[in-house]
Amino acid sequence: MDLQPSPEQQQLIDAFAGLYGDLAPPEAVRAAEPLGHDSGLWRKLVTTGGVEMALPEDRGGFGASLLDLALVAEQHGRHVAPAPLLEAQVAARLLARLDKPPVDLADLAHGHRLATLAVRPAEHGRAGLVPAGAVADDAIVLAGDRLVLVGLSGTVPVHNLGCLPLADVTLDGEGHPVLAEGPAAVGLFAAAVDEWRVLTAAALSGLAARALEIGVEYVKQRKAFGRFLGEFQAVAHRLADRASEVDGCELLVREAAWAAEADPGRAAELASMALAFAAETARDASHEALHFHGGYGFMLEYPIQLYYRRARAWGAVLESPAAGYRRVAAHHLSAAGERNR
Amino acid sequence: MDFRLGAESEQLRQEVREFLDEVFTPEMRERCRSTGVQHDPEFSAAVRERGWLALGWPVELGGQGRDPLEVLAYTEETRRRDAPVYGISTTMMAAYVISVLGTEEQKREILPKAFAAEIVIALGFTEPENGSDAAAAATKAVRDGDGWRITGSKMFTTNASVADYVFMLARTNPDAPKHRGLTTFLVPLDQPGVEIRAVKTLSGERTNITYYNDVLVGDDLRIGEVDGGWRVMTRGLAAEHTASFSGEQDRLVEALTRWACSASDEEGRPRSQDPAVRERIGRSRTELEVSKLLLRRAALLRERKDPSLVGRGSMSKLFSTERLERQAKETLELVGPDGLRSADDPSAVEGGAFEHMVRHAKGTTIYAGTSEIQRNIIAQHVLGLPRSG
Repeated sequence: MDLQPSPEQQQLIDAFAGLYGDLAPPEAVRAAEPLGHDSGLWRKLVTTGGVEMALPEDRGGFGASLLDLALVAEQHGRHVAPAPLLEAQVAARLLARLDKPPVDLADLAHGHRLATLAVRPAEHGRAGLVPAGAVADDAIVLAGDRLVLVGLSGTVPVHNLGCLPLADVTLDGEGHPVLAEGPAAVGLFAAAVDEWRVLTAAALSGLAARALEIGVEYVKQRKAFGRFLGEFQAVAHRLADRASEVDGCELLVREAAWAAEADPGRAAELASMALAFAAETARDASHEALHFHGGYGFMLEYPIQLYYRRARAWGAVLESPAAGYRRVAAHHLSAAGERNR
Repeated sequence: MDFRLGAESEQLRQEVREFLDEVFTPEMRERCRSTGVQHDPEFSAAVRERGWLALGWPVELGGQGRDPLEVLAYTEETRRRDAPVYGISTTMMAAYVISVLGTEEQKREILPKAFAAEIVIALGFTEPENGSDAAAAATKAVRDGDGWRITGSKMFTTNASVADYVFMLARTNPDAPKHRGLTTFLVPLDQPGVEIRAVKTLSGERTNITYYNDVLVGDDLRIGEVDGGWRVMTRGLAAEHTASFSGEQDRLVEALTRWACSASDEEGRPRSQDPAVRERIGRSRTELEVSKLLLRRAALLRERKDPSLVGRGSMSKLFSTERLERQAKETLELVGPDGLRSADDPSAVEGGAFEHMVRHAKGTTIYAGTSEIQRNIIAQHVLGLPRSG
């Protein structure tokens, strides 16, 4: 067992921490609202290889593991970065699994074209709240048992709690290129959604860690009744609870990302665990951090509200934590059923 | 990064499971339950025979030199099954302190008996008037010729009724600051002036209050330096702050899963189809995974002698016990009225596991440092917050 990132992974973390630190400070996040897209940041992420790394080597990419991508997503989340990196990676990886993708993968890798994934299947010809749907060129959508590629010209951004570039995507008849059909389509979709779960969980894990730091920094320098806020146990003890969850969350999410390649038998269960737990951890850490700012936390001027809103929006695009936990149970109960047979 | 525990750890886990199937019989389980004593000589002898009394000790001290992840596999499995290991663990904790800080004579006298599982050593740190603040110990040890006379009382001296010694913290210098006036002794229990009174607990476990009235202890049973007792105790307790409670969580969620797959609601639907039951199973499984990860991280930090263990070990204890308590409460509520039946009721659900865990879990957030103590440690050592005034 080794819980330390390898030297190469550490380099990757440092490189993206530097990039986001330069280009995604709170002012930039704020300036990109309400759409939630910073085209300068996005260009830089693409030229740094943010999408290219996610593609396999035999498809012109760097062949990054899901764990590598999760380490980058943690940094993305620490800065609540307004760019569709996770969606672009997941969609590109799905398209790279096809024999003949209808999109040039090099165009995706170099940012000439942006594809995203509708993480919930279409219902009645409509995929609601597609992540990055307001800025992408194409969306991969599961409609029934067909996986189709839907062109996104003219989508209307949906204003939302997290200032995420969400859009509702309407399917118009039979004209969309079919990527896969039947069980193959369902399998490709499920695998991609699990990757999205893990990467979004990683972003939420980074968000939670940074939100907690912001809260801790604040209670160390703000005084009330002649004492630092952090001296009050009513404050310190709640932050200690959140710190334990934040640490546990980072371990769980990294394990889930690692398992995608190293322990495939547990990967799906861990992916659902990771997203549900990370969503709750980010929700609660950003709650305490904002709350201990007092009235200042309620003002838009302080960065903590940027974290508070995204903590509640990122994961909710797919499923509630309760629904995620029920998925975990489904995996466990079917395994228990197998054992008893 | 690699989250595998390793072949040795998995191998040992399998061996421990088979060992428990064979040795920890229903009769032994019932004996432990009815007496509430967390020690069983027959069980300890079997553990000794396997060479597992001191799994993690260095080989030169008589241990097996197993790495922390192997020791964890043993701890997780024995706790998962609720095997009577507490007497072994307190005995070996005191023995470890003696092997590191004791005199040559003490090592010759005590260690072979500990390794033969012939003696039991109970812990005497907490007192009736101090709980988590062990340094406030008021039990006195006063010089008397070559020895010491001890007067006072100790609370929660678990296993004292079957123990040979109490590993005790006593005040030897009332004028020094509270941490610097304490000394540790190995006090033989079978002598005049010692009184052991049973204290029954919520979980059904028996613990004790022990009274010491002018009890004579030779200086040869003083462990470590005079007034150096705090250091001696923390050396031993360092082990306890990373105690595992994932075994209990594992036991509880497995019982819940078995129940959900076999019970039906009023309309005949399996309870495993109930969304509330499924959500609780998923949460419990997830919290179990996080508890295991925090514990394993603490074990690795311990191996590296990483000073961040202090706060990170507290995170493991805090998270795993607080979540265990919540799991026990919510599971009992889900199971409904039949979950109230205790183990001795023939129609008890899962052998009374759900009502028992509600009792047991409450203790875990209290002993070995309450949750509030753990939060203080985390706030100070991990978050760098000022000590509260």
